[in-house]
Amino acid sequence: MRSSFDRPTILHRVAAAGGLVFMHFPVFIIVLYAFTTEDRTYQFPPPGLTTHWFEVAFARNDVWSALGLSLAVATCATLAALMLGSLAALGLARSRFWGKEAITLALILPIALPGIITGISLLAALKLAKVELGFWTIVLGHATFCLVIVYNNVIARLRRIPRSLSEASMDLGADGLQTLRYVVLPQLASALLAGGMLAFALSFDEIIVTLFTAGHQKTLPIWIYDQLFRPRERPLTNVVAVMVILITMLPIIAAYRLTRSTEERS
Amino acid sequence: MIAARGAVAAAGGWSRSLSSFFYRRPNAYLLLLLIPPLLWFGTVYLGSLLSLLLQSFYSINDFTAEVVREPTLATYKQLITQPAHVDIVLRTTTMAIAVTIACACIAFPVAYYMARYASPRLKTFFYIAVLLPMWTSYLVKVYAWRLILAKSGMLTWLLDTLGLGPALDAALSTPVIGGPTLASSYIGMFIVFVYMWLPYMILPIHAALERVPRSLIQASADLGAKPGQTFRNVILPLAFPGVAAGSVFTFSLTLGDYIIPGVVGAPGYFIGMMVYQQQGTAGNIPLAAAFSVVPIVVIAIYLTIVKRFGAFDAL
Repeated sequence: MRSSFDRPTILHRVAAAGGLVFMHFPVFIIVLYAFTTEDRTYQFPPPGLTTHWFEVAFARNDVWSALGLSLAVATCATLAALMLGSLAALGLARSRFWGKEAITLALILPIALPGIITGISLLAALKLAKVELGFWTIVLGHATFCLVIVYNNVIARLRRIPRSLSEASMDLGADGLQTLRYVVLPQLASALLAGGMLAFALSFDEIIVTLFTAGHQKTLPIWIYDQLFRPRERPLTNVVAVMVILITMLPIIAAYRLTRSTEERS
Repeated sequence: MIAARGAVAAAGGWSRSLSSFFYRRPNAYLLLLLIPPLLWFGTVYLGSLLSLLLQSFYSINDFTAEVVREPTLATYKQLITQPAHVDIVLRTTTMAIAVTIACACIAFPVAYYMARYASPRLKTFFYIAVLLPMWTSYLVKVYAWRLILAKSGMLTWLLDTLGLGPALDAALSTPVIGGPTLASSYIGMFIVFVYMWLPYMILPIHAALERVPRSLIQASADLGAKPGQTFRNVILPLAFPGVAAGSVFTFSLTLGDYIIPGVVGAPGYFIGMMVYQQQGTAGNIPLAAAFSVVPIVVIAIYLTIVKRFGAFDAL
């Protein structure tokens, strides 16, 4: 039974399509301007196209060192988040104890409150403790919200694994460690991988917390941020921006596929 | 399988007795799992949050510019009584409300189309199309808008080509929200905020609309309601928790942002910029701390209001 109500009006189609276009065209603009020949204004349409800026970017040491730092931070933060996040999820998934509600609530705070709160609190605490800002303080900040991402991914998976699997394993004579090793962890693998990739992408791209905890270190987003206020060699900034898009997009698409394919199977 | 069996056979002694130990004492196992993450999270995040709250009760000595570590309400008094500070709070909250409303208006048709009209294949396409910009680098998106809104940039070009140049000039000459260019006006900032948080609004509305049973809509039509009436009286009330859930994100994200108002927009300060500037160049951590308590309080108030609309059921 289909009524006229089931078909979209023209106005409706236009609104939906317009919303999608609005969400996507800025990324095309970034890519387009990476090839422009005009380096002083943001003239549109660009007067000419060139790949010159990619050569310039590849020859720049500051870009490479910023990229290296960002990759190193993201790797450390992701590893810490994977360990701590999955432990928290394993602990909280099926247990019931006093104060559990409070812990689950506290664990969503870093993503429920604006990032600036995480940044300023960390900085205030680090200054109070007279800790020197640098590489490890960036990792500290990133691992905190990455932990939440991994935790969310893993706990969502744990809720879907039937409890009977673990029970069957125990009934067949496996002990707790063996069940964890041969039954629970293989089921978690893709959730861990997906959570880790999202965490990596988030950390690689993070600016709001990083600006507070970085001290004098320059991650790639901080490099771009500085460029925004010293707008020389504008197309170069675009080339770096395209780099950031690629490096964050690939793990995210992989993570999306990983979580989807396992959801469809179950 | 063979590997597993081998391991079962080989696992005698310590592994088995360790497992039995924890099986008999589930609390010990739980502690072992939870202590590392909670220790980390408790000290790094919650500890910092507490120290921030604590330091908002410190004050700064005006002459030596050093932090005085004695509990006082002086910093909060400064926050509430100085008109410039009150302006910042009001400006940020107004922007957050405006952005939330605009996001809801743009997100609803997209989410509605996704949930009700799109075929399964088109739905997947829409879903990815909404997720991709959400996960694209935050800073890169802000930067893109700086390019688009610049004086000779794409938006001005587009409006001129469409013959809408005078309309843009009229909008920019409006007092308060206008400015010399789009990139240095509240209109520009508003557009960027709406763009940035739009996916956070679409996804919860879509989730809420997906849960509206078709049978309800058919029943409404069978009972003689026109499509418009069904929309108003059946669909909209059921979708509202989704809007409320999305508004938590748009509201909270706007309140705390300090990059966008710095990169695009008029010179007036926002809460986030004030926090960043006070801790940095001014070195006034107490005032920065007091300012960052404002969004926490505003969001807490907002959450209690929104909870009544069932926003948390839609998350």
